[in-house]
Amino acid sequence: MSKDIRIRKGLNINLVGAAEQTISKAVTSNVYALNLDDFHGITPKMLIKQGEEVKAGEALFYNKNNEAMHFVSPVSGELVEIVRGARRKILTLKILADKEQDYAINKVPDLDTADGEAIKSYLLQCGGWPFIKQRPYDVIADPNATPKAIFISGYATAPLAADPDFILKDKEQEIQAAVIALGKMTPGKIHVTIEKSSMSPLRDLKGVELHRISGPHPAGLVGTQINKIDPVNKGEVVWTLSPQDLVMLGELLLTGKFNAERIVALAGSVIKDPKYYKTKIGAEISTFLYASGVKVDRFRLINGDVLTGTKTNTEGHLGFYNNTVTAIPEGDDYEFFGWNKPVFNKISTTRALTFSWLQPKKKYDLDTNTNGEHRAFVVTGQYEEVFPMDIYPLQLLKACMVKDLDEMEQLGLYEVAPEDFSLTEFICISKQPHQQIIREGLDLLQKELG
Amino acid sequence: MKEKLHQLKLKYQGKKMAPAFNALHTFLYTPNETTHSGSHVRGADDLKRTMNTVILALVPCLLFGMFNAGYQHYSAINGFPESFSLFNDFLTWDNFLVGITTVLPLVIVSYGIGLGIEFLFAVIKGHEVEEGYLVTGMLVPLIIPVDTPLWMLAIAVAFGVVIGKEVFGGTGMNILNPALTIRAFLFFAYPTWMSGDKVWVHEAVERAGTADAISGETVLGSLAQGSDYSYSLADMFFGFIPGSVGETSTLLIILGGLFLIFSKIASWRIMVSAVIGALAMGLIFNGIIDAGWLPEYSKFYALMSFPYWQHLLVGGLAFGIVFMATDPVTGSQTNKGKWYYGFFIGFLSVMIRVFNPGYPEGVFLAILLMNVFAPTIDHYVVRGNIKKRLKRFKTATIYPKSSDEVELKTETA
Repeated sequence: MSKDIRIRKGLNINLVGAAEQTISKAVTSNVYALNLDDFHGITPKMLIKQGEEVKAGEALFYNKNNEAMHFVSPVSGELVEIVRGARRKILTLKILADKEQDYAINKVPDLDTADGEAIKSYLLQCGGWPFIKQRPYDVIADPNATPKAIFISGYATAPLAADPDFILKDKEQEIQAAVIALGKMTPGKIHVTIEKSSMSPLRDLKGVELHRISGPHPAGLVGTQINKIDPVNKGEVVWTLSPQDLVMLGELLLTGKFNAERIVALAGSVIKDPKYYKTKIGAEISTFLYASGVKVDRFRLINGDVLTGTKTNTEGHLGFYNNTVTAIPEGDDYEFFGWNKPVFNKISTTRALTFSWLQPKKKYDLDTNTNGEHRAFVVTGQYEEVFPMDIYPLQLLKACMVKDLDEMEQLGLYEVAPEDFSLTEFICISKQPHQQIIREGLDLLQKELG
Repeated sequence: MKEKLHQLKLKYQGKKMAPAFNALHTFLYTPNETTHSGSHVRGADDLKRTMNTVILALVPCLLFGMFNAGYQHYSAINGFPESFSLFNDFLTWDNFLVGITTVLPLVIVSYGIGLGIEFLFAVIKGHEVEEGYLVTGMLVPLIIPVDTPLWMLAIAVAFGVVIGKEVFGGTGMNILNPALTIRAFLFFAYPTWMSGDKVWVHEAVERAGTADAISGETVLGSLAQGSDYSYSLADMFFGFIPGSVGETSTLLIILGGLFLIFSKIASWRIMVSAVIGALAMGLIFNGIIDAGWLPEYSKFYALMSFPYWQHLLVGGLAFGIVFMATDPVTGSQTNKGKWYYGFFIGFLSVMIRVFNPGYPEGVFLAILLMNVFAPTIDHYVVRGNIKKRLKRFKTATIYPKSSDEVELKTETA
């Protein structure tokens, strides 16, 4: 069964430096790191001490609010460093990897007979659970809640993002296993969305409702798809997963092994030879960055895509959820009369002496300059052009800024994640930090309403 | 130069004068600021560019206004040329000289006082100088009579910027359009300077009562008094008529409006709906005349029988619709709301213009009134979205948390 969705509002940000579709094996990383900021809202409680050994797939820490939820090590080795920040908050866990990898083998539940509870406790125990995220709040799913539906987006429209059709090749078996397991945890449907004409490996999945979508970014964001298929109401819960994480879950369910291996797109205008690499969660980015080469010394390295990724540096590690690493030029330079001269080399939705509308297919080399200073909200009606959800973006942002809980609820904050506001942030003339505003709004709502 | 300014910026950082310096610095160079949170890349537009685009759209009106100041002046003295020629009678150095000596000081005072206050507030409150006044400062000289005394303008600008904008928190926070607040202040504080047949022509006031007395009445002024006007439709459309400095040429206003719509800076919804609103009200008035409900001696007769579509050609209606109703801060913020907002501006403008013979120009009052109602309109539009969500909520599928005992599908009402 297939339903077509057409997204009209949006904007494709075409950048130079897309990854070529060949996979190289990255050099094995010495040190692996888990960045705790990847797990938003989780307070970690350590299970092992600095200097102790772990196997790949053995728990490093658990969630303070839910002791059953374990977070496991991507590799076997020694926990060499616990990096702490202010008030001894744990920031990063670093593991020195063994030469020979040693996996913890879990006893897998029988997918045919196991019930939802059994699957749930298995995933919680073996480190698969953090891959499941939920809306509202865009956090790791609460195991106590039952989702009304599960959404998986098999279409990536973000600039330079890894192509799911490519990285999921030959993984049908794992994905199918993961989907069967997920199906046991919800009485609702599993919605899988792929591009309109895609030959995605996801198209033949059993036990899912397949949707086909077309249109510009953010058509590929799961939030857009939820809004068009079955929006989240107050009190409802939906789960979201990225398809590449399904592969990991599938393998965990089939073999009992937490295999942190993943295919990552290295892209961006700074990269000499942008392509895909096979590496592991938490690996040093430098292990594949320099294999492709960089054109300049100073650049912005991003875990994820340019719209939603997190800033890192050449000593950084691959994030828990990321399958794209992007490098673009830094833009910390002045531009003479940049505010009034005609602009040909940047993207804009207006035509105020900006000429990107002349060449919609042109690929741009954007840097990190904000192209202007932060201002109060002035212009109206522009966010709506790139925001396909049935939500008033400006009003919701303002409700979050003034911390009006009722208004936030009523205007649909439950339905959104910060990433849904990445495009409005991109085009914002007032250069407001939309994603941060939404994140703070979600955190406040969660804190107040639980 | 780039390096030197960068050093100066670092030197001023954290000091009281920093906003003033940064305003000048960012005028020359887009800052070296990079993204810190969220999207790592950003679109090309900023507020300066947006405001600049509006100013570009206003420049033709300003230039035309300068020539027209001279043209009206000499025509009042020598009589209108019998066979009008654009280059011999209008675009002449004499006309431009009058324009530059009368209009340019208005522009300078408007920007000088307004930006001065903006800088002052920015320094006191420690925020950056925002660009809103760049457009306001250009609008103000274009919507006042050519001979408005400069001290009057200075007081009005100071009032408008402080009371109309800064007390609310500056650009983006104001409720009323600052340019129209300034215009309203002038109108209510110095009414004799803002209407009548002496203010629209340069030197008419000084010469009043002497042998060289000259005068020029606007089309609406003539209509309000029930007298005839001597301007052809073409004069009205191209703008060779007396009026506020930059609002007479409907042609150039339309071109500016098209430019703003094309560049997506101003809302086409507001412009279109305002035109519809004005036509609707005009049609109603024409209808009343056609039906014979109003006796010819009524003081409203002349204005009500004025062909409905010509309302768009005279007075400041076109200018107001294109450049002031579309102010995003004080206008309706939702796309649906913009339709209502614009419609009522057009509708009320014509209504006020006809029913207020004392001063037959209703545009600025209509826009100010709708500025006040814009949040209300938005409120109801947004309510509609909220209601839709509440309706959906009735069929919500909420499963109890597994910690709860009861296993049942809740149907929430």
